[in-house]
Amino acid sequence: MSALTAHATATASDVWKVRGRRAIVNRLATVAMYVAFLLAVIPLGAVIWYTVGRGLARFGYRFLTHSMAGVGPLDAGGGIYHAILGTVEQVFLASVISVPLGLLVAIYLNEYGGKGLATTVRLLVDVMTGIPSIVAGLFVLAFWVIGLHQGFSGLAAAISLAILMLPVVTRSAEEMLKLVPNTFREAAYALGIPKWRVIVSIVIPAASTGITTGIMLAVARVTGETAPLLMTAFGSNFIHADPLKGPQESLPLYVFAQAGNAFKVNIDRAWAAAMTLILIVVLLYAVARLLTRRDALNRR
Amino acid sequence: MAKRIDVLGLSCFYGAHQAVADVTMTIEPKMVTALIGPSGCGKSTFLRSLNRLHEVVPGARITGQVLLDEHDIYGADVDPVALRRSVGMVFQRPNPFPTMSIFDNVAAGLKLAGAKRKDMADVVEHALVGAHLWDEVKDRLKKPALALSGGQQQRLCIARAIAVEPEVLLMDEPCSALDPISTLAIEDLMAELKDRYTIVIVTHNMQQASRVSEMTGFFTLDAAGRPGTLVEFDATSKVFSMPADKRTEDYITGRVG
Repeated sequence: MSALTAHATATASDVWKVRGRRAIVNRLATVAMYVAFLLAVIPLGAVIWYTVGRGLARFGYRFLTHSMAGVGPLDAGGGIYHAILGTVEQVFLASVISVPLGLLVAIYLNEYGGKGLATTVRLLVDVMTGIPSIVAGLFVLAFWVIGLHQGFSGLAAAISLAILMLPVVTRSAEEMLKLVPNTFREAAYALGIPKWRVIVSIVIPAASTGITTGIMLAVARVTGETAPLLMTAFGSNFIHADPLKGPQESLPLYVFAQAGNAFKVNIDRAWAAAMTLILIVVLLYAVARLLTRRDALNRR
Repeated sequence: MAKRIDVLGLSCFYGAHQAVADVTMTIEPKMVTALIGPSGCGKSTFLRSLNRLHEVVPGARITGQVLLDEHDIYGADVDPVALRRSVGMVFQRPNPFPTMSIFDNVAAGLKLAGAKRKDMADVVEHALVGAHLWDEVKDRLKKPALALSGGQQQRLCIARAIAVEPEVLLMDEPCSALDPISTLAIEDLMAELKDRYTIVIVTHNMQQASRVSEMTGFFTLDAAGRPGTLVEFDATSKVFSMPADKRTEDYITGRVG
């Protein structure tokens, strides 16, 4: 009887021991994850906190609605209207060029491409992802601005940004199309729906949330690009609404130019413009998420 | 209207691998023909070759002939997209289009195939009534299809398939993901649909085959990796009571598979 009890006790304590060790490991892993999470969030929080903190000094309605025309080197006035206009136009044009092209390439890769050509195209797209942004700028400078005598313009800037966006849009859209289960395609084929219609009406809507997120990431990435713009948009102090001809300002160029000066008025303008840049990207992202959220709700 | 299918010496391949070898059978109209057999014996591949869905898989091809009312569906003059409008299919797992409402799912086949019809609401109602789903969904046609239960989704898929008014309805284990009550609903539905369509059903459930079908074909394969063959094809009552082939008997009595 006592032997039996001792045995039972031993077993129970063994179980207890194992559970104790597992609980400790579990706790350690949980703590490690939270620490990693905090470490990852600190830079993000710090950047936003610092930018907003420094940017609020100059940020305001006047700042958003005025250009730098007639502002002297030590004057405190001036604003970023011309830069916002330039950034919006350049990024919009870059999206108009790269999004349809990227989507079509992604559709080719995932829905039509076989083994040979598609593999090559995919490799080239991956190589393109690695193009340094300044190289894209140099290319447009040599080819478009100088070679074709087009001069500096918002469009030249948009072309260089489109080169940077294209591979990101293509690869993210391809991954999203790949996630759409084949059963939906087959169900549609079995109804006698032509292939192009299946892609347009079944596959793309099913992947739309992910595709939009990918496009937004690409937009967010190029909105902050500075290097290629130096050689393509060139920068300007004046409101210039025509993106097809003539130097144009943009927010990153503005931040770059202002931050390069030593005076407090310049530094304050740079921070306020940087804060506006973050705001614009966040706003764009929020709008895109709202648009696709409506779609997602529809599915439930 | 319901059409007859004559399969002559059909073999199906995935690249170099042969999945089905030399099947010859006649599928009669206005009847349910059941295909049974162990997993991997090529039943589904065979079924998918009847609406040319097999060839959608890269590298897949067939040899032999499939005649739909005497007309070779693999003929050079046949557009597979047009063919699939007359040979509908219901799949193993319910697969309503996730971004569409119940109404749009049923209308999808007609709308997306380019048919412009003013009476779309009537067509949808008719198909949903035909699939025994109308009473359950008539008040929420605009709701997303994924809000339905699994059994309802499968009946929606049947409604979607019959909305384009095919002549043949292929069903690839349509009940294997469903509970017994939904299964019963779909079996009742099949009994009704066979007045208008030629129905071919692949099933793993032998009770189901014996309940719903007039004709039964038994497929098997000699060993893994070998192509599946049609061992026996006869009236369902005969296949299940006195099978001619020893392998059929072993399978239906549960000795193998």
